[in-house]
Amino acid sequence: MTAGRTQPLPARIADWFYGFKPPERGVIHLGHRRVYIVPSRLGWIYATSLLVMLIGSINFALSLGFALTFMLAGMGLACMVHTFRNLARLTVSTGRSDPVFVGESARFRLYLESGVRFDRHSILVRHVESGAQLVILVPAGNLTEVPLAIPVDTRGLLPLGRVMLETRFPLGLFRAWSYVEPDSQCLVYPRPEFLPLPPSSGSASDGQFQTLAPGNDDYAGLRSHQPSDSPRHVAWKTLARSGEMYTKQFTGDSAARLWLEWSRVPGSDSVEQRLSRLTGWVLAAEQAGLHYGLRLPGREIAPGSGDTHRAACLEALAMHGRPLAAT
Amino acid sequence: MRALGHPLIPEQRPISLADIVGLLVSLVLVTAPHALRAPWWLGVLTALLFAWRLRIAMNGAGLPSRWMLLAITALGMFGVWLEFRTLFGRSPGIILLMLFAGLKLLESRTHRDASVIAFLCYFLVITNFLYTQTIPTALLMCLAVLAITATLVGFNAPHRALRDNLRTAGLLFAHAAPAALVLFLLFPRVQGPLWGVPQDSLSGVTGLSESMAPGNLAQVALSDSIAFRAEFQGDPPPQRLRYWRGPVLWDFDGRTWNMGFPEIAERIDNPAPGPRFDYSVVLEAHNRNWMFALETPVSAPAGARMTLDGQLLARNTVRARIRYDLSSVASGIAMPDARESSLARALRLPRSVNPKAIELAEGWRRDLRDDSAVLARAIEFMRGQRLTYTLEPPLLGRDTVDEFLFTTKAGFCEHFSSAFTFLMRAAGIPARVVTGYQGGEPNPVDRIITVRQSDAHAWSEVHIAGRGWVRVDPTALAVPGRVEQGLARSVPNTDPVPYLMRPQLEWLRSLRYEWEAVSHKWNLWVLGYNPDRQRDLLAFVGMKDADWRTLTAALFTLLGLLTLGLLAWAVRRMVLPDPVKRAWDAFCMKLATRGVARQDNEGPLDYSARVSASLPGQAGAVSRIAALYIQLRYGRDPKPEQVAELRRLVREFRLQ
Repeated sequence: MTAGRTQPLPARIADWFYGFKPPERGVIHLGHRRVYIVPSRLGWIYATSLLVMLIGSINFALSLGFALTFMLAGMGLACMVHTFRNLARLTVSTGRSDPVFVGESARFRLYLESGVRFDRHSILVRHVESGAQLVILVPAGNLTEVPLAIPVDTRGLLPLGRVMLETRFPLGLFRAWSYVEPDSQCLVYPRPEFLPLPPSSGSASDGQFQTLAPGNDDYAGLRSHQPSDSPRHVAWKTLARSGEMYTKQFTGDSAARLWLEWSRVPGSDSVEQRLSRLTGWVLAAEQAGLHYGLRLPGREIAPGSGDTHRAACLEALAMHGRPLAAT
Repeated sequence: MRALGHPLIPEQRPISLADIVGLLVSLVLVTAPHALRAPWWLGVLTALLFAWRLRIAMNGAGLPSRWMLLAITALGMFGVWLEFRTLFGRSPGIILLMLFAGLKLLESRTHRDASVIAFLCYFLVITNFLYTQTIPTALLMCLAVLAITATLVGFNAPHRALRDNLRTAGLLFAHAAPAALVLFLLFPRVQGPLWGVPQDSLSGVTGLSESMAPGNLAQVALSDSIAFRAEFQGDPPPQRLRYWRGPVLWDFDGRTWNMGFPEIAERIDNPAPGPRFDYSVVLEAHNRNWMFALETPVSAPAGARMTLDGQLLARNTVRARIRYDLSSVASGIAMPDARESSLARALRLPRSVNPKAIELAEGWRRDLRDDSAVLARAIEFMRGQRLTYTLEPPLLGRDTVDEFLFTTKAGFCEHFSSAFTFLMRAAGIPARVVTGYQGGEPNPVDRIITVRQSDAHAWSEVHIAGRGWVRVDPTALAVPGRVEQGLARSVPNTDPVPYLMRPQLEWLRSLRYEWEAVSHKWNLWVLGYNPDRQRDLLAFVGMKDADWRTLTAALFTLLGLLTLGLLAWAVRRMVLPDPVKRAWDAFCMKLATRGVARQDNEGPLDYSARVSASLPGQAGAVSRIAALYIQLRYGRDPKPEQVAELRRLVREFRLQ
């Protein structure tokens, strides 16, 4: 409540109007207050035909005409309640969304739970901003997963934003809808740009960039190939000669240790482009099985390898210059 | 932002084959009764349009071009014009509507068009009521409404089984029924029509007319349809006294008797003494303004007037079934009217026709001075003439009375009454023809007397000084069985008596009695529910003199209550008796009493962490309950033992 006072007035009015304060944590119940219902265009056509039928019944004194007209009017009323209950008391929760790169689609997962003993038919789940949508059936007593693929064009932490749930079942005469804004975010890495990897540095301690001439590697010998070994280190000549796979071993970690540095990204001025190239390097270095570290202004990640390390590097790149969101 | 389709907007959803099939079934149900009445070529054309659309839906071909549809429309309209010479009016209008429904189907691509066709189907249901409102019609139309509604549900839930759609439609139907009943009873009824009713509505109604020529009453009598029903308080009069008075015919042109312009009586004199009967009549619509009363009514019912010759006339044409209460005295003497002008009119005769009859009557007058004696002679003549009674009278030439009395000697009641009245006038006794019904069949089930068109009858009235207008039924004189036993037993067996009047079909008739008793109630309470009945009903529940404002207020109050009831039903259905949720809620309640209430947006993990932090002594139990709850609620395949365990943990959870 106190937080609401600091918000601008239109946002507060919107919160009041929609009956919730975004983002909503945890499981969201669509209470009665949050479900809106109005006649659809088809509903108005229906009402107009009923009016014509009523006038006809009066004019021709058709008792059964009255009966039918009133039956259909009652059906409209019942339809309103049915449409409303098809949405009311639905439960919405969110699942984890895996990180994606700019240019891909963020995959948010929404979970709808019927919470009632009847199937909820034809529920439209629509991401308001992007228009990504899906019409689904939420069976009784079941959790239904709704994947929402939302194209992304900026790196960082993407909040899901507002999602509209809408239904017109059973007759399409009414449109009931509700908005939810679950607290779900997707981490978006910068779009990778692939350039050749920078040469490895000599040592981890000095942080100096050294030009290493080819052949300077401290070649130490061969050992039998492990599936996890990088293809770069396969002794191809030996393989060709003997048919056996061997991995070249180097003394020290100089060859595997690679610093990916902000200041060393070649030929780029814009922050985003640098981040893109660094992202490309991280991916390439990981694929090459190198030991790599990342140096950004104000942030340094010690060399390492593996999925967790890669994810940490990519997250650092994604969040570069962004305020840390409360997670 | 990209402009994306909205899959719930009907304009953006294409029609599927199942939708088309549903629409076609609905259309066939609602147009079938019309097709039976329409010209055959139209039924064929509509069926072809339906089949065409079905074929398109089945093999995915394109819809016909707009020009093609326009051409078919023009052709259909031309056909209707050829058939009816107009495009307006009831029958051509409905036929065009049928045609348009088929054509609309052929240009429908989306659910929007399909929904409009479904609404059109609802409308076609109502047009059917212009022709018939019987119980079977109502049942058939209920079926049609169910089919249309299920089709509409199908539009909104594709891939759902038809059975489920039908169930939803049935549920909507059941939920609509109370509101429909309230609306039916309380909606402020206005007496129609609001504007002119098409000329051809009620055109097929058989019944008496304002004139009578040889042969046309026999035509009416071939119809089995009901003219009116009468319900007596106490015992009804015997059949021979049941003369139901209709139009009185004064003017004869040699062939046709005409009613002329009726004069309204300013006051109604008490009739001659006789047994008195109180009864009510439910008159079917017959598109004329006369009403039928047992001879002789003592007063006119509300909304009706009496003419000087004793006819009851409604103020408006009887276009809908009406009900009225009456009292009559069965004396056989009509209302007195001895004005010179009336008597003179009752003597007028075309002298150029029927010379033999005129000669005969003038002979009686020469022999006898007294009117009563002449009447007695005439009655004797009719009895002795060996006339036969038949529904298929031979055709007559120019001298209708002469030919009937002396040559063909066979006729229906119009021949008898016409001839007798002619003879009386020729003999100088004022006489007139009365048409109406004679007899009627008491239904043993509800004791209501049903009078059919086949009971149509015509008789004479002669004015005898000192007695007034006396009823003489020449048919009864010549064929006594007619008024004693009814038509079917009086005509030769070879005559085409209406099917159900044949005496051989006793069992079928008893079935019909049952059915007609039900129909009568239906007519009275469902079809006959009009502004008057509404007033009666409201007075019965204690709302006297309710005007439309009171009615509207009552209506909206009740509708609001019904909607609330429906909502309560909808919400009740939502409460899941889920033991896991209940246990968790109980746990949260326990904690809430200690001031650690769960926030609405707090999940079990967050909550248990917060509780553990503020109540460190309980941390173990709290986290165990929370973990179990999460597993049961979001995990796979919860086991019953686990549910029991959770309930036990919550029950045993104590706060010091």
